[in-house]
This record gives sequence, structure tokens and C-alpha cells, in this order.
Amino acid sequence: MTPRQVLRRTVYIVFIAVVLAFFAVPLLWLASAPFDSDPGLGLRWPDWTLDNWRITFEHPYALGSLLNSIVLCAVATIVTTALGTLAAYALSRVRIPGRDALLYLLLLLSSVVTGTAAMVPIFVMMFQLGLINSQYATGLVIAGGMLPAAIFILKDFIDSVPRSYEESARVFGASPTQVLLHVVLPIARPGIATILVWAFVQAWGNFLLPFLLLRDVEAQPAAVLLRTLRDEGGSANLTVIPVFSLLYAIPVVALYLFVSKRYGFRFHGGIKA
Amino acid sequence: MARDTSGLGTARAVGFIAPALLLIGVFLVFPALWTIYIGLTDYTLTGTASIAPSFIGVDNFLNALDDALFGNALWLTLVFVMGSAVIGQNLLGFTLAWLLRSARPTVRRVVEGLVLLSWILPSVVVAYLWIAVLDRDGGTLNALLGTSGTAWLVEYPMAALIIFNTWRGTAFSMMLYSSALAAVPPSQLETARTVGASGWQTVRDVVFPHIRGHVLTNTLLISLWTANDFTPFLLTAGGPNHESETLPIFIYQQAIASGELGYSAAISFLLLVVNLVVALVYLLLLRKRS
Repeated sequence: MTPRQVLRRTVYIVFIAVVLAFFAVPLLWLASAPFDSDPGLGLRWPDWTLDNWRITFEHPYALGSLLNSIVLCAVATIVTTALGTLAAYALSRVRIPGRDALLYLLLLLSSVVTGTAAMVPIFVMMFQLGLINSQYATGLVIAGGMLPAAIFILKDFIDSVPRSYEESARVFGASPTQVLLHVVLPIARPGIATILVWAFVQAWGNFLLPFLLLRDVEAQPAAVLLRTLRDEGGSANLTVIPVFSLLYAIPVVALYLFVSKRYGFRFHGGIKA
Repeated sequence: MARDTSGLGTARAVGFIAPALLLIGVFLVFPALWTIYIGLTDYTLTGTASIAPSFIGVDNFLNALDDALFGNALWLTLVFVMGSAVIGQNLLGFTLAWLLRSARPTVRRVVEGLVLLSWILPSVVVAYLWIAVLDRDGGTLNALLGTSGTAWLVEYPMAALIIFNTWRGTAFSMMLYSSALAAVPPSQLETARTVGASGWQTVRDVVFPHIRGHVLTNTLLISLWTANDFTPFLLTAGGPNHESETLPIFIYQQAIASGELGYSAAISFLLLVVNLVVALVYLLLLRKRS
């Protein structure tokens, strides 16, 4: 190698090492602090213990908030996937006047009306309807925000399901509902699975809407409780926060590993999946 | 397409679409439109104007022009978007995509895995991770740099947020540019190498013309997301003394903390309009390319 190549190689290695450190250092805390007998904010090799876990499980709201997260996510994910699939199927198979315009409008809406830009009217609406602290209502609000993107992606998947299958099923006398349940859904399963995972991750991580709409600590999901653990008395509860962060992050990381192993990460119209 | 092969029928199709449209209408379209109306009133969370708000026309918008805090929020949002999205995520994302093409598979997998992990973790968790890194007493950054006693989030809140958001969002740009780079003809890269072009010359003259559309798409999308990002609230809550109060945080503080619902709705409406313009440009570009 010429000196020039050596230099380039060195710069390259140093750059990759710096990037690795930049991305890894913040993440390492999540692996060390939950198991440290004296967890601090700094990074250090832990003095191994599981006491933090016991204390976290004894926290009055920790497990309940994870349960709340599951309820909230289940409502948002199931509603998004079910209604999204129905709508995408109909939009894919039947020529409805103005369909293309409608699809473009949906795509536009999903990116323009974000949680931040719509927080005032949504808060006022739920406040006036007396739906503050309702987990189901909050789940529906989250679902409403995810539906346009879900329909867009699902329509792409269903468009690629060959129509000949449905035609043959029709010839043998299947009703439209049977065609949907027994022919279309099984073939569109990868698409539906994508939306399930995507919607779950989005709803699980959503902070702003539950934070606005669920003011009662009994109803709050993990995202909001985790935030309030810091505000209690001004200082951070460093015994519970690391463990709870890890507990709360595990479903997302597990899904990510599952998806990237099984399908690899892919793009669907610029929407993260 | 014209034939209704699945035998669904228009009536049933409309029935299939209606529930989804209803939810979208109630929780997306209606709030967007209602913002305009609330923004024209003096509605507040508490007090007399909370029971009987009165119509005050464009006063809220005029007040915004005079509000130094609004100007501050607008400027900080611009700084945040330029620093962390347009420059930070874009450059780091492209550089990683470009360098990792030729990296060893293990290196590539590890780097991509970490970058993606920082993107998919819930925002409350990553906020704590960075609070731990940047903390004054015992934070990891101070330990690494030997700058003990520097409270990064207090002394340099915007710089900290820009670095944080670059860390948080680079994955999207990296993946988008990875797939864009795969479409650059290898023969042209080969030619560039034989004529002895440097890495920078190759990127500028061979690669860039092929991915120009992707650069624009990517920049628009990440700018839109960054401008609407509420995660900075979890790190600094806009402080100290409004020094990191971007528009989303400003809206939240006005609406919930101060209870000025009319005023904050007017500001939200301005944010919606900016979003709309960016999204329309994006859609026009998409259409033009397809």
C-alpha cells in the first residue's frame, strides 16, 4: 500500500470507530444501569444485582402502566389493522369515483396533521366530550392518525394479490365475505403483519397523545409513567428508571429483531416500518 | 381494474371504507379544520373565556407577530431543522450509506444495527439515555472528555438537541441512501475509479446526478418530521428560559401550561400550513418522478 492508501484506510477506520462509539455509548447505559447495585447516570461496569428489578416490580404503578400500554396498543393496533385492511381491500378492488384523489389526500393528511400540529383541537375535543382519561378513546385517536398510512401501504400489498384467485372462488359460489376471509387475507398476510408490527411500535412509543389525554396516573401507559418518574420530587428515580426503560423497550426491540431477521427492513412510500 | 372481479359491489365497498374514513374524519380532518376556528377565538382552558369564548378574528395571528417568544420558537425550529435534519442526518446518513457499501459484512451489520436501534427505541427511553450521557454530575460525556461539571443540556441546549436528533434520526437517511446508491450503475463508478477520480469527485459528478431526487425527497421528509418532533420536550422541556423552545414545545406550553387555547390553535394552524406546503412539494415531486 502507498502511504496515501494507508492514510485513507486509517481515516476510514477512525471514522467508523467514532460513529460506532457515537451510536453505542448512549445505548450501553440501557444494558448496564438496570443491573447495577448503585445505578448512576454515568456508564460503568455494573456491580451486578437484581434488586432494582424487585424494587421496580414493587413500584405502585409500574406494572399497571405496562398493562395500560398493552390495552392502549391493542386498541390502536387492532382498529388500525382491521379497518385499514377493509378499506384497502375495497379501494383496491372496486372503482369508486375519486379513489386516486382520495388516496393522495390520505397520504397528504397523514404527514401534515401530526400529533404536534393537532394537539390543541384534539385535546379540546376530548376535554369537551369528557373523554380525558379514557384509554379506549386515546387508542382510537392514535388509530385515526395511523390509518391513512396503513391504508396506503396495505393497498399496495393487496394490489399485488392476483385477482384470478378471487374469480375462481367466486365461480365456486363463495360470498364476498368468504372471498375476503379465506382468499385475500391469507395471501395478504405479509402486508397485514407489516402493518400490525408498524402500528404496534408506533402506538407503543407514542408519548404526546397519552400524555395529553390521560392525566390520571392509574390510566397512564408506560411512556407517560416513565416520564413522570423523573418529575417526582424533582430528581430522577434512578433505581426504577433504568429497569423500567428496559422493560418498556423490550417489546420494540424484540419485534425489530424478529422483523429484520425474517424480512429485513424495507421501505413503503417513505414510511418507517 | 374496471371489472369488479371480487364481486364486492360498490355499496359493500363503501361500507368497507366508511369506518376507516369516519375515524380519519373525526380524529384527523376535523381537528385540522377546527384549529382554524379555535384560532380565531379567545378560548382559554380556565376562566370566563373557557365557558363562553368570543370571536376575535385574526387578533391571535397579529399577537403572534408581536410575540418575541413566538419569533424565538420559529427561529429555534429553523435552527433545529437545519442543524439536525438538513445537515446532520442527511450528511451522516449519506456518508454511512456510501462507506458501508464496501465495508465488511460484520462491520456493516453492527453499524446498521446500532443506527437502527437508536431510531426504533421509544422516544421516552432515548431521552433518558441522552440525559444520562449529557448529565452534569457523572454523565458519560463529561467522563469521556474530562469536562466534569458541564451541564450540556443547560449550557448548550440547542447544540445538544441537534446532536441528539442526528443520533436519533440518521437511520432513515442511511437506509434511503443505501437503496438509492444501489441504483447507481456500477460501470460508471468503475469508470470513475479507472480515471483516478477521488472519492469526493465521484460522489459529486457520478453519484449525485443519479440520486438528486432521493436527496430532495429525504430532505423534505426528515425536515417535516423534525419540525414536528416533540422529543426535545423530554430532554429540555424548552428550557432553560425558552432557549430550546421549538414550535411543538411552544404550542404545548401555550395550550396546556398557560391555557391559551385560542392563541396556541392559531400557532398550530401556522404549523399545519407549513406542513401542507412541504407535503405538497413532496407529492408533486413524487408524481413527477412516476
